[in-house]
Amino acid sequence: MTFWNKLRKTDLRGLVLPAALLALWYALTALQLVNTRLIVPPGAVLAAAWKVIAGGELLAGLQASLARDLAGFAVGSAAGILLGLLLGVSRWAERLVGPTFHTLKQISLFAWLPLLSTWLGTGEAAKILFIALSAFYPVALNTFEGVRGVTRAQLEVARVLGFKRLQLAWRLILPAAAPQVATGLHLALLYAWLATIGAEYLLGASAPGIGNVVIRGKAAFHVELIVVGMLLVGLVGMALNRAAAAVEARVLHWRGPAH
Amino acid sequence: MNTVTSSVAYRPPAVAAAPPPWRTLASALGARLLAFGAGLLLPLLLLGLWQYAVNRHWLAEQILPPPALVRDSLLELWQNGDLTMHLAISLQRLGWSLLLGGGAGLALGLAMGVSPSARVYLYPSFALVAQFPVIGWVPLLIIFAGIGEALKVAAISIAVVVPVALNTYQGIRNIPRALLEVAAVYRFSFLQTLRRLVLPAAAGGIFNGLRQGVMQGWLALVFVELLASSEGIGYLMVWGRQLLQLDIVVVGMLAIGAVGILLDRLLAWGEARVQGWQRRAY
Repeated sequence: MTFWNKLRKTDLRGLVLPAALLALWYALTALQLVNTRLIVPPGAVLAAAWKVIAGGELLAGLQASLARDLAGFAVGSAAGILLGLLLGVSRWAERLVGPTFHTLKQISLFAWLPLLSTWLGTGEAAKILFIALSAFYPVALNTFEGVRGVTRAQLEVARVLGFKRLQLAWRLILPAAAPQVATGLHLALLYAWLATIGAEYLLGASAPGIGNVVIRGKAAFHVELIVVGMLLVGLVGMALNRAAAAVEARVLHWRGPAH
Repeated sequence: MNTVTSSVAYRPPAVAAAPPPWRTLASALGARLLAFGAGLLLPLLLLGLWQYAVNRHWLAEQILPPPALVRDSLLELWQNGDLTMHLAISLQRLGWSLLLGGGAGLALGLAMGVSPSARVYLYPSFALVAQFPVIGWVPLLIIFAGIGEALKVAAISIAVVVPVALNTYQGIRNIPRALLEVAAVYRFSFLQTLRRLVLPAAAGGIFNGLRQGVMQGWLALVFVELLASSEGIGYLMVWGRQLLQLDIVVVGMLAIGAVGILLDRLLAWGEARVQGWQRRAY
């Protein structure tokens, strides 16, 4: 029953464009109107997908990439929350560290890679540090802004209640900054995935990962492999986005419905 | 606001205690200088540490070039025109992509925002594709477009289209219904509504999108140039890395950071100009 309701509610007109593109793709390749080595038929993509999934190499790559992604994300966002809290709470920390932080932030993310790879090689350490860096900035920035959003009145109430330092952090500052921190973490998750893929492309694919699948496809001119890898990258990105949004809604449930 | 209705004899105590104006100015200036000096402390400390590490030979010179060498390379690359040439090429790519991607994104966002049928047909597909990381497209683009100029402009354009279209669309969707009704009462034609209501009301959203687009585009540009390029600022860094001349890599990072700051300032200035007519409460 709910399924039918849902189906009736979804606007099927949104499916017209993707269906038309798929049909066009199929027709062009089936009628041999284009170079099928360059524009591979949908069937070949499915076959290639099946082959790498059944061979287990796609899942192994996915696992390796995700592990790297999450490790970098965890390290980077933990550091980001700490720095953001520090900058937000202490004027002096902000004066000392703030200008440097805001300047370094302007160096485009991938510009760090050549330096990192010289120092740490092209192995796991360089990749994870790079991913951590990508997650660090959005989290630090948003945490900082969230802490700055705590009003003086709230702080005064906490003083009147005689909150200790730890209580202050735990019961006022963190909850008050939580929405912003969550936004930062959400952004960081997306950036970390971008950085994971970017690092795998740029640092070579000696280690397993989704990037490895794509690079091998490119080297051997297997366009279907590239398409499979690309779709997988997109799907994981989408899944991470969805998961972050769901967790955000869940954790910030106490705020009540959208203001 | 000089209303003299109430108490004539009332004297605000703050005025009597106010110091002479030059002193407040001096103390404000002093605070500024102090803040500026405090901000410089950490960079100076890091620079000192860097120089110290070089002096003590903690790391090989190929891995940690001395600060003076970086400065010399910066001056040399600047004076012989290499740096400006590579930067100009990169900025040119960014400019074309902003024109192409920004134009396409604006058109798409406008179409989806203004026309309900465009919205139902296009938005689901757009929302899906927008979640794909830009970098995922690059290998496929390399197959179709080679590694020439077309690849860079295509990749950067894709990075620009998504935020511009999304923010334009949301900016238009957030226009209060009442404003549209007023426009209908005035019997605005479609073009009038667009020019006099929709575009000004959505300007904030559009500009926000442009800002994100420029930043995403700049990110994608550096990535593509590092991956496959024979000129441009990213290539300069790859070249320095291959020669193991890290001073060139650091110069490239400095240049990229400087351009990033410049773009950020420029956009902030533009935003202030575009939104200057709005009198905001806060």
